[in-house]
Amino acid sequence: MFRKLAIAAVAALGLTSGSAFAAGGEGHVEDYAFSFEGPFGTYDQNQLQRGLQVFTEVCAGCHGLKFVPIRDLEEGLGYTEDQVRAFAAENFEVYDEELEDFRPAVPTDHFPENNGVGAPDLSLMAKARAGFHGPYGSGLNQLFKGMGGPEYIASLLTGYTGEDKVEAGVTLYENTAFPGGWISMAPPLYGDDVEYANEEVEATIEQEAQDVAAFLMWTAEPKMMARKQAGFVGVLFLTVLSVLLYLVNKKIWAPIKGRKKD
Amino acid sequence: MSNAEDHAGTRRDFLYYATAGAGAVTAGAAVWPLVNQMNPSADVRALSTIRVDISGVAEGSQMTVKWLGKPVFIRNRTQAEIDEARAVDVSELIDPLARNANIDGTASAEDENRSLDEDGKWLVMMGVCTHLGCVPLGNGAGDYDGWFCPCHGSHYDSSGRIRRGPAPENLPVPTAQFVDETTILLG
Amino acid sequence: MAGIPHDHYEPKSGAEKWLHSRLPVVGLLYDTIMIPTPKNLNWMWIWGIVLTFTLALQIITGITLVMHYTPDTTLAFASVEHIMRDVNGGWALRYLHANGASLFFVAVYAHIFRGLYYGSYKAPREVTWIIGILIYLLMMGTAFMGYVLPWGQMSFWGATVITGLFGAIPFIGETLQTWLLGGPAVDNYTLTRFFSLHYLFPFVIAGLVIVHIWAFHSTGNNNPTGVEVRRTSKADAEKDTVPFWPYFVIKDLFALAIVMVVFFAIVGFMPNYLGHPDNYIEANPLVTPAHIVPEWYFLPFYAILRAFTADVWVVQIASFVTGGIIDAKFFGVLAMFGAIAVMALAPWLDTSSVRSGRYRPQFKMWFVLLVIDFFLLMWLGAMPAEEPYASFSLIASAYWFGYFLVILPLLGVIEKPEPRPETIEADFDAHYPKSDATPAE
Repeated sequence: MFRKLAIAAVAALGLTSGSAFAAGGEGHVEDYAFSFEGPFGTYDQNQLQRGLQVFTEVCAGCHGLKFVPIRDLEEGLGYTEDQVRAFAAENFEVYDEELEDFRPAVPTDHFPENNGVGAPDLSLMAKARAGFHGPYGSGLNQLFKGMGGPEYIASLLTGYTGEDKVEAGVTLYENTAFPGGWISMAPPLYGDDVEYANEEVEATIEQEAQDVAAFLMWTAEPKMMARKQAGFVGVLFLTVLSVLLYLVNKKIWAPIKGRKKD
Repeated sequence: MSNAEDHAGTRRDFLYYATAGAGAVTAGAAVWPLVNQMNPSADVRALSTIRVDISGVAEGSQMTVKWLGKPVFIRNRTQAEIDEARAVDVSELIDPLARNANIDGTASAEDENRSLDEDGKWLVMMGVCTHLGCVPLGNGAGDYDGWFCPCHGSHYDSSGRIRRGPAPENLPVPTAQFVDETTILLG
Repeated sequence: MAGIPHDHYEPKSGAEKWLHSRLPVVGLLYDTIMIPTPKNLNWMWIWGIVLTFTLALQIITGITLVMHYTPDTTLAFASVEHIMRDVNGGWALRYLHANGASLFFVAVYAHIFRGLYYGSYKAPREVTWIIGILIYLLMMGTAFMGYVLPWGQMSFWGATVITGLFGAIPFIGETLQTWLLGGPAVDNYTLTRFFSLHYLFPFVIAGLVIVHIWAFHSTGNNNPTGVEVRRTSKADAEKDTVPFWPYFVIKDLFALAIVMVVFFAIVGFMPNYLGHPDNYIEANPLVTPAHIVPEWYFLPFYAILRAFTADVWVVQIASFVTGGIIDAKFFGVLAMFGAIAVMALAPWLDTSSVRSGRYRPQFKMWFVLLVIDFFLLMWLGAMPAEEPYASFSLIASAYWFGYFLVILPLLGVIEKPEPRPETIEADFDAHYPKSDATPAE
């Protein structure tokens, strides 16, 4: 009885679990293939470095990254300590409460927050958006494709149609990925917005969008690789322990059970 | 007891030991994160070395920065202070050791062994009285033109050496170095 | 204690006797761990251990998280990010704790439905059952308040909506809601008290777990046949039972290890799958997320809450009879808590003389429907409150109540049960007949 029910229950749990609940009005999100997908996926440091460049030169004009310590760039993006210090000092200023003034950022600071035009902070954006939903309120798409946060970001950045309209004094831009279809953020990327150090990588709008999406996944989940590794070791080890316990269980019960009916 | 049973017995024992061992390893692996989370976190560790901009410290003045939760005095000494500090005979000091983390622990307490640069302009030391941990007053305070601890009346000279009062040791010089003309790296 | 006859702890050495005459703690542990346990318990009897383990997991990870968390609306969200980024292994502790809540509810639902199928709630185990329901209610409170602590958008708006339920109670509702929150709306004063209670409740749960175990150790475990262990003599009892250690400890640990494999896979590879993206946005009292959805484990009861709208005739009658005191909003709240209350009353609603569902052919069908109904409600709770989901919700909610209030009482009268085995030993031996080659024992 319970065996049958358990199978049904697992299927049903899949149907109801997760955050796959959104109703209609969702935009189209492209299922990009990121290097960090899957149980063994890792961040591509070159891509993260390019993404940081796009963020710094384009996004940082309006968006903050207030939960991310700049020092994390060293471990996460593979820069040296001196490179990180130079990057911080050259690109960002932070308000120092002791000085009561702005000063160039140092690695121990966080990326500054940026409330200038009311743009949301991007630290956790890749986890705060789900690109995939359903079908029918099931969590299946998210189970197989992932939550889709970075995919949503990349799709949004490349999803502008070029149409715009003014509504209640606010200019809205048509975007195929944005829920509802009209977004107040002007198209930030046009292609060739930055000059990549690696000349073999062409700064197309698609490339830039995916790079910055990957970077924002890293800012949202910097410990992802350690997590997957720990998960893998844990699963492996517990599997071994399960096998051992199975054998012990079989052994100690053998005299009680006698020989099982076949 | 037959051989076959005997053999089965060893195999069974091995299985039990292996399982108990694997269980113990699992428990141990689970305990470590619980212990390690109480160690200093990354933000705290990142502040174990700090860079101090000293360009604003004029001669005859000092700045106090917080490092590892404690005050550090960074003083730009006048020539008079340097001369006074260097004229002292080490044999008359309470604590004959330099207490400088940047040099050998047995070095004697000459002012040359305590100042950060050779000329002796810059004196960097922990601002914590070696008696009971109060923060001494500075800027030529006390009877020896250095620092004076208000808690129990310890007098330090212009090199931060204990001269009179209950404190047993000179104010210690932390690990420090110049990274450029105007920046000191602590730690 | 009307327990099953078995060997008790006998202190042997002088030191053991010395301690035993002063504090019989070793004896208590011995009797607990060596308790005679029906030897035919199947794999649905593993969830108790899983639950005990999860409670310990939640308490331990919770205590470590508290060392780094700050219960203040301006700092709570940032302190969680501090845990995720700076604290050594903090991401692991937090993901274990967050997903541990889900594991807790998976296990408790399996545990509850096992009890419902095998009649574990029936006499003489009513007290065990009631304590269990109390634990479940406290778990829901703890999980709800814990979800508020990260101070994300779902934390804030979930707290707003759920405390709003109390506001629906006639006459005292608004006062009660204000008292719960500490002010007119969810704010810092709410966060700090939720933090305090979220820390307290697990220890209350732990205390109730001890009482829960005490209760069923007094009555003896139920088992898949629902036939009681023979207590006529120690020899008879030993034919029906084996000591808990090592037989069921090892079996349960094996099951726990399997559950942990799945749990670690989720924590390691998809730790946010069961969460909600909106909770990675810091709480903003001025902007409501487009879709407020409770955590999955609340969804069945959330669906029941929403099912009873003003156009449902039951609601209209209730409103008419009470002169408008019970409006649709309050009716929904009553229905939600009622859904758990009817479950608590199962020992008295079930009139069947047969305990285990295994020997009740009609009961089986209705029970399967109840499980399907539960998952259906879970799904409906996640869907928008519009047609056709609203009608489905109403039907599914009606079945939930119908099962407990109508089907359980009626079945006992009309159903013809199948023959049951005489003893647990007979059931066990039917499964595992002793071959001639193997000596019994």
